[in-house]
Amino acid sequence: MEFQSLYTVWLRDLVRFRRDRTQILGGFSRPMLWLLFLGVGMGPVFHSGAGVPYMHFIFPGVIAMNLIFASFLSAISIIWDREFGFLKEILVAPISRSAIAFGKAASGSTIAVLQGLVVVAFAPLVHVPLTFEKILLLIPSMFLIAFTCTSMGIVLASRMTSFEGFGTIANFVIMPMFFLSGGLFPLDGIPIWLKVLTHLNPLTYGVDQLRWILSGAHRFPIAFDLLFNLLFSALMLSLAVALFKRSPA
Amino acid sequence: MIQVENLVKHFGVLHAVRDISFQVGEGELFGFLGPNGAGKTTTINMLCTLLTPTSGRALVAGHDVVQHPTEVRRSIGIIFQDPSLDERLTALENLKFHAMLYHLPKKKTEERREMLLEMVGLSDRRGDLVKTFSGGMKRRLEIVRGLLHSPKVLFLDEPTLGLDPQTRNHIWSYVKELRSKEGLTLFLTTHYMEEAEQCDRIAIIDEGKIVALDTPTALKQRLGSDTLDDVFVKLIGREIREENASQKDQLRDLHKKWIGRMR
Repeated sequence: MEFQSLYTVWLRDLVRFRRDRTQILGGFSRPMLWLLFLGVGMGPVFHSGAGVPYMHFIFPGVIAMNLIFASFLSAISIIWDREFGFLKEILVAPISRSAIAFGKAASGSTIAVLQGLVVVAFAPLVHVPLTFEKILLLIPSMFLIAFTCTSMGIVLASRMTSFEGFGTIANFVIMPMFFLSGGLFPLDGIPIWLKVLTHLNPLTYGVDQLRWILSGAHRFPIAFDLLFNLLFSALMLSLAVALFKRSPA
Repeated sequence: MIQVENLVKHFGVLHAVRDISFQVGEGELFGFLGPNGAGKTTTINMLCTLLTPTSGRALVAGHDVVQHPTEVRRSIGIIFQDPSLDERLTALENLKFHAMLYHLPKKKTEERREMLLEMVGLSDRRGDLVKTFSGGMKRRLEIVRGLLHSPKVLFLDEPTLGLDPQTRNHIWSYVKELRSKEGLTLFLTTHYMEEAEQCDRIAIIDEGKIVALDTPTALKQRLGSDTLDDVFVKLIGREIREENASQKDQLRDLHKKWIGRMR
């Protein structure tokens, strides 16, 4: 019974996503911008310790960026639902609050994985070697990262009543998380305060996983990456359920 | 069907509902009247489990709204004051998702859905996106949705607000038809006295308290009035109650401006 409720919440978001051309377009244009302009432009001045070209270095970071953007955008749709009444329809339905939160987290993550796969599709274009096994590993890893970000987004959205807040979230949550994830520049030799922030950032462990799958290089033990993301999303999601229970319609 | 005992709701210092008690019988058409901000919507929100009462007790269809919210939700249908459809989905999709949320059996629900769509005259628009619908069509679709799961009680929070007289008449005829067919209990809030006139009993609420509760005829007799309008004015007074525009209204305006600009 509860699975069907979760599935309903998930399915609705996917049907809506299929119709939303701007979001799909964003999924294409965003990575293109970063890969082609930053990747190509920074290439000549960048020397990472591992000796890989900059394009290869930022590739997992750009995947993570598409994941985090799509995740937060999906989670934020809760605010629209609240303002335009549909949240009431869900809240008066005979389903549990956890089914709503889980359904939202699942739909946000699914959409984000699709957006992440868009970046993966760019790989041959920028000469990042890819195998079938790597893609198979990337999908669950992307889902875990997206699940972490979406649950975080749901927690923020359940406390927000105005959509203007999304700009604030983009500036104070998404961008810092992306910049401090090790996706854009290596985390070696950075000041200690910056290091502390990067180590608290769940996206750091996400980028680490993606980089490990793509090139074999990594900073942390992979099991630790996975564990950090799992625990972080479990914490966020239980917080989201608790907030949903008290959420005003 | 509805039993309310000493219900209270405070929002911080604002005492929205102050100790109200009433009962609504099975199959009754019960009207809830009062000026803006009197506590009508707050009461409905408590009865349909969207708000937790500060104190007091409410039973809907025999279930406690705080202790057994899921059972209450299963047995009620609601037409909210503000639209609550997903505008980016088609009419049919909105109804299908509703059926899924309520775990309704497929075949029986399809029959009922077609019957209801036919009744409100939306059968040939079922495949269209809701955002292309007029206000009246959205309301009619919400009525179909609210009734799809065969609720025992239907809450209608100002269901005909802002609709033209033809649509209002139509909505009333559907409501009456369903009442006689299915023995539905109806709980209605309204500002239109001619609608209140049709109720079996009405409660008039002001500043969170029930100031009168009786049949329309008895109320008129008691106050020596010819019309319910007059009853209302005698009980509540003439001054206009101030109600600040909520944040929601402001956001709605903002959204309209935004969408307007993008088109």
